[in-house]
Amino acid sequence: MTNQYYRSIADLPREELFARGHRMCQGCAAALIMRWLTKAIGKDAIIVNATGCVEVTTTVYPYTAWKHPWIHVAFENAAAVASGVETAIKMLKKKGRIPKDKDIKIVVVAGDGGTYDIGLQALSGMLERYHDVMYVLYDNEAYMNTGIQRSGGTPLYAWTTTTPAGTVWRGERRPKKPITDIVAAHRIPYVATANPAYIVDMMNKFKKGLEIEGPTFIHVFSPCTPGWRIDTAKTIEVSRLAVLTAVWVNYEIENGEFRVTSPVPRRKHVRHYLKLQGRFRHMTEQEIEEFQKYIDKEVERINKLAGKEVIGPVVE
Amino acid sequence: MAKSSRYVPPPSTGWRKLPIGAVIPWPGNSEEYKTGSWRTLRPVIDQERCIRCAICWMYCPDAAIIELKQEYTTKAGRKYDKTYVVNYDYCKGCGICANECPVKAIKMEPEVK
Repeated sequence: MTNQYYRSIADLPREELFARGHRMCQGCAAALIMRWLTKAIGKDAIIVNATGCVEVTTTVYPYTAWKHPWIHVAFENAAAVASGVETAIKMLKKKGRIPKDKDIKIVVVAGDGGTYDIGLQALSGMLERYHDVMYVLYDNEAYMNTGIQRSGGTPLYAWTTTTPAGTVWRGERRPKKPITDIVAAHRIPYVATANPAYIVDMMNKFKKGLEIEGPTFIHVFSPCTPGWRIDTAKTIEVSRLAVLTAVWVNYEIENGEFRVTSPVPRRKHVRHYLKLQGRFRHMTEQEIEEFQKYIDKEVERINKLAGKEVIGPVVE
Repeated sequence: MAKSSRYVPPPSTGWRKLPIGAVIPWPGNSEEYKTGSWRTLRPVIDQERCIRCAICWMYCPDAAIIELKQEYTTKAGRKYDKTYVVNYDYCKGCGICANECPVKAIKMEPEVK
């Protein structure tokens, strides 16, 4: 169950497979995730990229930051195209055009808009058909590429341009859609959530997702400096605080077995996480307490799933 | 994987000279585009204080911190077999490295004084 591919920073691969010079923002977590994802998948892989920040910023014509075979498709069909690529490779192997023992990985990279909202039916179809594809969702919690519009991944009370913060609207009214639960309900072999502040854990999850036969899904937290109104240097700090306040829980579900990979025995109040971000600036004390209550409920649910107390009580 | 993807787009290509389908047959050629010009603050690593933990290297979104197999001996006599340097051609100056450094060996200095 707990086969670890990497134990510390010293074990991590050194070769860079994601070219420098891409146009992602200063301090962008998605760039960091792509850098580590390409290192995890190695050279024999085909990347299917849905429209989104990563697609727009890495391939500004006539430049590309990818060293892998890479295909850009629309928001809604990244998973469907990946299914086609996987089936085509299977057929080419059958016909002998590609050596049978050659292990070619197919990886989908999609943002939260392309997964939560627009690409959900294609994703569901891919999971149902049981294609051997790893789906990586980098979740920056809004349509950041087009100018911070809300998506299904936008958390409660977050300001976006389409959920403004005023006297009537207090930012986003609905909590985040539980996408990992939706995916896990398809009973696929591996579902995990990862966080860029915990790179070694994230790399182990990527590796596991690639090794396991069948569809796998990795949901990665990805702070966005312009969209979340955070300082460019605080990307990792915000990611880490998300775990320490239990706004984000790193877990994996392997063949139905639920396991929290970053337990937090003494968690912090969500205030510490919210105060770093300009998108939550309008929140009153009462609203922060309501947010904390929502998180408490989530923590209770996680603890129940894990069967023991993995996320402890609020201490500061 | 072509290692030498040295490609400089000609000033006036014209559509006739583009590859068929406008594909980019030079993988990883974005390295020709130097993002270092975006920077207003430059990270400077103090090699004396650096403990070679590789955290800055790990968290750099632009892979602008390079790990060199170069020996370094501090004034206190401590020997290291690795040296971390910043690649200023690509560093966008976000400051994650300085924020995450556990011994505060990285300082963000203004580009223009």
